[in-house]
Amino acid sequence: MSVQASTAGRIGGTARQIAPVLFILFAAVPALATAADLGFATQLVSRIMIYAIAALSLDIILGYGAMVSFGHAAFVGIGAYAVGIASAHDLWDASITFPIAMLGGGLFALVTGAICLRTRGVYFIMITLAFGQMAYFTASSLSAYGGDDGLTMWGRSEVLGYSPLEDETVFYYVVLACLTGCFLFARALVGSRFGRVIVGVRENRIRMQAIGLNPYAYQLVAYVIAGMMAGLAGALLANHTEFVSPSTMSWQRSGDLIIMVVLGGTGTLHGAVLGAVAYLALEEILSHVTEHWRVFFGPMLILIVLFARGGLGRLIGGRGAGG
Amino acid sequence: MTATLVAVQVLNGLQLGVLLFLVAAGLTLVFGVMDFINLAHGVQYMLGAYLAVTFYGLTGSFFAALVLALLAALAFGLLLEFLVFRHLYDRDHLDQVLATFGVILFLNEGVRIVWGAAPLSYPIPELLRGTIPLMDGFGYPIYRVAMIVAGLATAVLLWVLVTRTRVGMLVRAGATNPRMVAALGVDIRRLFMVVFGFGAMLAGFAGVMAGPIFSVEPGMGDGVLILAFVVIVIGGIGSIRGAFVAALIIGLVDTLGRSFMTDIFKAMMAPAAANQVGPAIASMLIYLLMAGVLFFRPTGLFPAAGR
Repeated sequence: MSVQASTAGRIGGTARQIAPVLFILFAAVPALATAADLGFATQLVSRIMIYAIAALSLDIILGYGAMVSFGHAAFVGIGAYAVGIASAHDLWDASITFPIAMLGGGLFALVTGAICLRTRGVYFIMITLAFGQMAYFTASSLSAYGGDDGLTMWGRSEVLGYSPLEDETVFYYVVLACLTGCFLFARALVGSRFGRVIVGVRENRIRMQAIGLNPYAYQLVAYVIAGMMAGLAGALLANHTEFVSPSTMSWQRSGDLIIMVVLGGTGTLHGAVLGAVAYLALEEILSHVTEHWRVFFGPMLILIVLFARGGLGRLIGGRGAGG
Repeated sequence: MTATLVAVQVLNGLQLGVLLFLVAAGLTLVFGVMDFINLAHGVQYMLGAYLAVTFYGLTGSFFAALVLALLAALAFGLLLEFLVFRHLYDRDHLDQVLATFGVILFLNEGVRIVWGAAPLSYPIPELLRGTIPLMDGFGYPIYRVAMIVAGLATAVLLWVLVTRTRVGMLVRAGATNPRMVAALGVDIRRLFMVVFGFGAMLAGFAGVMAGPIFSVEPGMGDGVLILAFVVIVIGGIGSIRGAFVAALIIGLVDTLGRSFMTDIFKAMMAPAAANQVGPAIASMLIYLLMAGVLFFRPTGLFPAAGR
């Protein structure tokens, strides 16, 4: 038990230093962007924060539960398609479509998780990939909703007949509010008894069983929660681009999410946010410098792995490797 | 759906199967012996094809290009092992995924800089042009038959190597219990390097053979990598025999599914619906298969002992 207590304590301590700084910076972005005449920055950071929500949801299961989902983009895509398909049927109200998106992600997580969680380790990675690919090919075959080409939405979700999200700044703060809500929820979750059981199963499954808990049930609930949160990210993503496409669900996107979480440092929550910022901001900046930005980005990833053990979050937090 | 058409598709499936086996064999050995997830295995396949393009341009001979490309692929695999991978053996799987993903990004883009983004190609060797007549006068390309033969021959060679030689014995022992092997005085690092270089060469070989019939382009290894992972998971990680059986199954299921799934659905439902459902089911068939195999046998068809 002492292992879990110290793990939770360390994470709480580091998060207290980094997370508030991150969120204050996020809140200041629209004002700074206007002042510096960088209008596109607001949109870019909106996108980063949406991916941060998805990465956060992955960190709950990957970082705390050691459930490496290689099909996580499917949940995001299902959330996006829920909003996109609803818009194709002239259903625009966010109070209806967003819950549908989250339920869709959660339901897919429930069904696939019930099967995936029978396996461990690499086999779990691959079976989640399999379900991700099934979702991808299903979306590609929806010819009524654009098929391979994707689905254009012709607008953003409405609230009570108004469309406040059309304004980039309003949309930005809605995304920020969602991210903050998800972050606080996730932090409460991993600090709760439930979260400690999830960490406990990661550390020693048999011991958890021996003290009378059912690891499978706990993991499945965590998986569903992550699926719902990723579904929310998908709903926001659909609104951000006003376009939904199967490529949102491709295995490369799932890989990107894993990279973000590992880059930031697994099992820290703020690391997932940091990883999303670092990954997407670097991509944006480097791609302005040269079209061959990946030639620099690839070796950077390798160097980060070789020399910054435990990811960026722990590097900045000044903590050594571990956990 | 004539018998000839089925025969052609079965041959195509076998050909995809042996290609996948060549890539998966290295992947499953590296994974089984070193417990190392090498996402960059797919780019070694791509590199094999690109090296063959260059050496073909220099020598004008397919077979000379093949030999030179294999040697270069081996050398490059060992270089990568020396520079990056050997520092990652003690790390957890996620670190390995992140670093090897970095290698993929670097090499895909590097290839784009060196050889350009446009698809390249090189011709089938003179010796292997033409077709072999099948039933009712329908021909099948000799080159594709040669690919199947070469793949099967490599599989036999690999089987002899793994089951009948001292190195093979160490590899099998390493896949079962690497710590014990090291404790018995075997230089496990050297063994890793040999296995790694050999795996890189096999993937390069697959790339060289695939070059003339698929287009040689940046990122061509990514799709193959995912398929190879599906193969080694279905076959059981660390098992060459499993990789062989699973590669042929995946090759056949994927090829036959894409060819005939729509027709099968047409027999059961309206043509319009079948045209929509058929291709989708055909694309996800191998993933359905993998999910099914893992559901009933969570460690694959031929799990390596001790794992």
